[in-house]
Amino acid sequence: MTLWWIGNVILLAVVLPVVVYLLRGVLAEARSIVPTVDGIAAVAAAGSKDLDAVPLLLTTQDQVIRTVEAVAHYGGSLDVIIDDHER
Amino acid sequence: MPAAGVVLLVAVVLIVLALVYYLVATIVALRQIVAGLDRTIAGVGEIIEKTAPVAPVVSTINEHLDAAVDALEGLLVKKAGMEDAVGLVDGLYPGAAAAGFRNYPESREVAAPRISEVYTRGTLTLARLGREAPIAVVSPTGGPVLRDVTGGSLAARALYPEARQTRPEKLSRSPVIGTDSPVQYEPSAEPGVRRRMPTTEGTPRADTGAV
Repeated sequence: MTLWWIGNVILLAVVLPVVVYLLRGVLAEARSIVPTVDGIAAVAAAGSKDLDAVPLLLTTQDQVIRTVEAVAHYGGSLDVIIDDHER
Repeated sequence: MPAAGVVLLVAVVLIVLALVYYLVATIVALRQIVAGLDRTIAGVGEIIEKTAPVAPVVSTINEHLDAAVDALEGLLVKKAGMEDAVGLVDGLYPGAAAAGFRNYPESREVAAPRISEVYTRGTLTLARLGREAPIAVVSPTGGPVLRDVTGGSLAARALYPEARQTRPEKLSRSPVIGTDSPVQYEPSAEPGVRRRMPTTEGTPRADTGAV
């Protein structure tokens, strides 16, 4: 009977607090992750929205090609009308 | 049931209740985390999808710009010569001579003429467009400045074709106007229509009346 009481005391005074402590720690860590993940999700959404202008790169590409072609035409004309450097 | 058994039962119930409470709360938190990660994965997926064409497009742009740079560098060096080309670029973009031309590694060794110290950008443009304007050849780095401060306006003449400033006698003279000019023009009856061709002094004419 004495051992039984000792077991009860250990159960209530040691095991229960330890279990509660460990479970609270796990819960606190899990809850701390939630706002971080929400923040990451918001940043990912904002980043995706910022990339909406990426298709404009196709326009930029087309403009660059046209500009380079115009430069090539001007360069070709200059090559014809201006004498080469005398060495 | 003895009192010790009751106490044991209460202790076990308390432990089970603690386990249930905290584990359920942890499960709820983990579900929130899963939902947040789902949203994150969706956003990252959109980012990946939207950035997929960036690499080829940027590569194409870079290829075209590289070709333009190659062509312009080649044209500049071909027309102006390496030394003048370096001087011109350094005049427009101070310090650029140190970097040199991309396709001409030897350009880094060229002492850039101090073209920008003598002429403005507009003059530099005119100089490069002109045929006979080696304005930088005479003035390498460290040499005397080409511009004559007492006769600076005359120095600009050197930028134009030689016939303009050294052999004016070979150029046709400007027309002389007035009643005693060698060429007489009759006033036209209507705009754009000339009554007759002008006559020069001494040329026999049928009509010798004064104009």
